[in-house]
Amino acid sequence: MAASLHPAAQVRRADAGDHPGQLRAVPVRHWGRWAAAVLAALALAGLLGSLAKNQNLHWDVVGHYLVAGLIFDGLVTTLWLTVAAMAVGLALGTLVAVMRLSANPVLAALSSLFVWAFRGTPLLVQIIFWAYAAALYKHVMIGIPFTTVTFVRFDTNSLLTPSIAALLALGLNEAAYASEIVRAGIQSVDPGQQEAAHSLGMKPALTMRRIVLPQAMKVIIPPMGNETINMLKTTAYVSVIAAHDLMSNIQDVYAQNYQVIPMLVVAALWYLALTTLLSGPQAWLERRYGRGTARAAQVPPLRRLFTGVAGRLTTERKG
Amino acid sequence: MARPMVHAQGVRKHFGRLDVLKGIDLTVERGQVCCLLGPSGSGKSTFLRCINHLERVDGGLLAVDGDLVGYRRSGDRLHELRESEVAERRREIGMVFQRFNLFPHLTALQNVTEAPVRVAGVNRADARREALRLLDRVGLADRADHYPAQLSGGQQQRVAIARALAMKPKLMLFDEPTSALDPELVGDVLDVMRDLAADGMTMVVVTHEIGFAREVGDTAVFMDEGVVVEAGDPRRVLGDPEQERTKAFLSKVL
Repeated sequence: MAASLHPAAQVRRADAGDHPGQLRAVPVRHWGRWAAAVLAALALAGLLGSLAKNQNLHWDVVGHYLVAGLIFDGLVTTLWLTVAAMAVGLALGTLVAVMRLSANPVLAALSSLFVWAFRGTPLLVQIIFWAYAAALYKHVMIGIPFTTVTFVRFDTNSLLTPSIAALLALGLNEAAYASEIVRAGIQSVDPGQQEAAHSLGMKPALTMRRIVLPQAMKVIIPPMGNETINMLKTTAYVSVIAAHDLMSNIQDVYAQNYQVIPMLVVAALWYLALTTLLSGPQAWLERRYGRGTARAAQVPPLRRLFTGVAGRLTTERKG
Repeated sequence: MARPMVHAQGVRKHFGRLDVLKGIDLTVERGQVCCLLGPSGSGKSTFLRCINHLERVDGGLLAVDGDLVGYRRSGDRLHELRESEVAERRREIGMVFQRFNLFPHLTALQNVTEAPVRVAGVNRADARREALRLLDRVGLADRADHYPAQLSGGQQQRVAIARALAMKPKLMLFDEPTSALDPELVGDVLDVMRDLAADGMTMVVVTHEIGFAREVGDTAVFMDEGVVVEAGDPRRVLGDPEQERTKAFLSKVL
């Protein structure tokens, strides 16, 4: 019987006489963890207290403009711009990714060129470029190149309103990044999956849609969630071409009332609220496309934080 | 006499400057089980993959049930078919892979119904009924709603066999179906294959299971360095080989 005991337990057994059932395990007490937690909480409380008492923050101004009509108009523009730019980015990005992976060397080179150009120049430059594109081409025409045949003809200035210019700039820039994410997703799928699908008589397009892309989604979604949250904040850049997004309108207000800090607080609160809301769909999508993997049953991060903190502190106390 | 299910004549294949197949002649009659054996790198898996055009043949003729695979003949030229045309021909050829290659985002049942529904246009209810019958046949009716990651290797391979059978193939290709399995799981998979052979399925099996080849195979083909070294009755080829290379190989694996 003694032979089946762990060597350490045998040593303890000698100390405790012949009653191993009375042995009690005492976990290490992490006094340092407690001290650090208390200090950090105190520092945060101090900062919040000083902010609350600071007269220069003008909480009344913040409260007033947080729900002002002009700010809501800006919010609506910011939201549709985010959604539309991400839609353009994802659709065009997927196309560019498929081109990049195609056996056609011309298509592959063109897609590399696209990514190189749009990822390699500052977004701010691209936004202003699209806003002033009329200086480059007065008219946009669709026709047959090198002939005089023209099907449609637009005046560039009336076509490229600030909103459209903003959408083009954000969407094309996003497409460059999205294409790399989609490409990585497609390449992460085992080639054996395509072979298996082909051996069942599935054609290339069906294989891509039913077998490869659903598996690639697992790799694509987390960075695309990042991109979406990034895009929501990046739309603030289009304030330089007065596209009437949230940031444009915030700037319009503080240009008149000089309440810069309170207005920036309004902007920050709204951006935070929206990015927080966006994390929900991402977690849902990740669970949906994680089907068939052990990680599918993952706990949402916020709940994990709360149960983690509560769990850790209580087990410490019990220990 | 009926035309053979697989007929290969001088099949050649090279990867870059490496000649993998140097003129393979092989015939598999309807309802027969042909086992391909040989050391790794001998070209047996490549030849198997050529049969359903997962690898392109560089020279020679390779026909399944009288049709060229992946090519259309006009005069003395062979024109490679489009992917979508090749897909049509692959429907009738089932394949089982060494690494199973089940679709991990689909359940066992969905793995089996995917191709009948999406490719053959079978309605969902019929496909489901047939899939459950096939899963029952491979002994996995109770695992229909499990995802591949929740199944053992042997179970995954049996689902893969059911998936291939769902397209009602006239020929089944097996590429080392038991090589990635733990030893105690090999038997279940071989039992399913034995059962299929007894049902009259035409099968080409790349395997290292000498016992299976001897017992179930109608012909055994020993390949080395891209050529067929000897072929014939498995009991003779594996029991009393004529060629030195075959003898040397068998003395290592037995």
